[in-house]
Amino acid sequence: MDTKKILAIIAAIAKKIEAEKDFLTQLDNEIGDGDHGINLARGFKSVEEKLSTFADKDIGAILKGVGTQLVSTVGGASGPLYGTAFMKAGNVCKGKTELTDAEFAAALEAAINGVKMRGKAVEGEKTMLDALCPAYKALKDGLDAGKNLVDALSDGVDAAANGVEYTKTIIATKGRASYLKERSLGHQDPGATSSLFMLQTMLEVLREA
Amino acid sequence: MVGIVIVSHSQKLAEGIVEISRMMANAPIAAAGGLEDGSLGTSYEKILAVIEEVYSADGVAILMDMGSAVMTTEMVLEDFDKPNVKMLDCPLVEGAVLAAVESAGGRTLEEISTLIEDSRTTKKF
Repeated sequence: MDTKKILAIIAAIAKKIEAEKDFLTQLDNEIGDGDHGINLARGFKSVEEKLSTFADKDIGAILKGVGTQLVSTVGGASGPLYGTAFMKAGNVCKGKTELTDAEFAAALEAAINGVKMRGKAVEGEKTMLDALCPAYKALKDGLDAGKNLVDALSDGVDAAANGVEYTKTIIATKGRASYLKERSLGHQDPGATSSLFMLQTMLEVLREA
Repeated sequence: MVGIVIVSHSQKLAEGIVEISRMMANAPIAAAGGLEDGSLGTSYEKILAVIEEVYSADGVAILMDMGSAVMTTEMVLEDFDKPNVKMLDCPLVEGAVLAAVESAGGRTLEEISTLIEDSRTTKKF
């Protein structure tokens, strides 16, 4: 995984979020404040506009730049959450222009720990962590079992998709949806869904290569 | 006097709380509500600018509504390099009035942060 691929992944995520903007907002309308898709799309559009200025930077600086941009432009909870995730991933990739599979997994782990720290959240609260945590575990297990990155990440995406399904079966205890208590049941979490979209997009870009 | 910053998703709400607090006390209090274009949300830049605006050596108390207001303020403070700035956890309107009155009365940031605990259990009737 090199700088070029990281930039391609980020550009593809920006496109994916724009394409799914209305769907994410609709999910958030059901159990939240109805701004998840609009906010994230605004954030990633500004990231997209900045991408060319990241081209000559190392992976750590690129991810940090993406995080900073999201924090200042998203405007909703996903700004600080994804912003922190990208910034923390950037910290562990500092100065690197290439990542081994293990380093990629470590960056994802750092990102997830960033979300946990910022949101003071754990798995099972109907948040993005319900997609991200199982995805990381499956990715790590796959790599440890000797799978290549694409196959291991493919397991991760499947686990994230299951995680999104799982959010339909639990009551939200974090975020706006927690105000709805048991009325949040039956709805999939918008944050877990956008996390799934990002992981799916990563996999698609890696498969293209 | 301790500066007070009101962070809300809504510019109107933040400004309204500032308005109500000023009825009670002449403390340095300012609103950081909504996004740059006035739409709903919380803005890192706006929060930072408003903290700078009311900042003095006496410090700044920041009161927030919920969710991203709390998380974005946290991120601003992680990057903020001056001392004596504190996020206070309290009901926004009651807390703001109390903080404004106590700030105008010459209380320190530490004292206000202890006093504001009371606003969490105060009943309206």
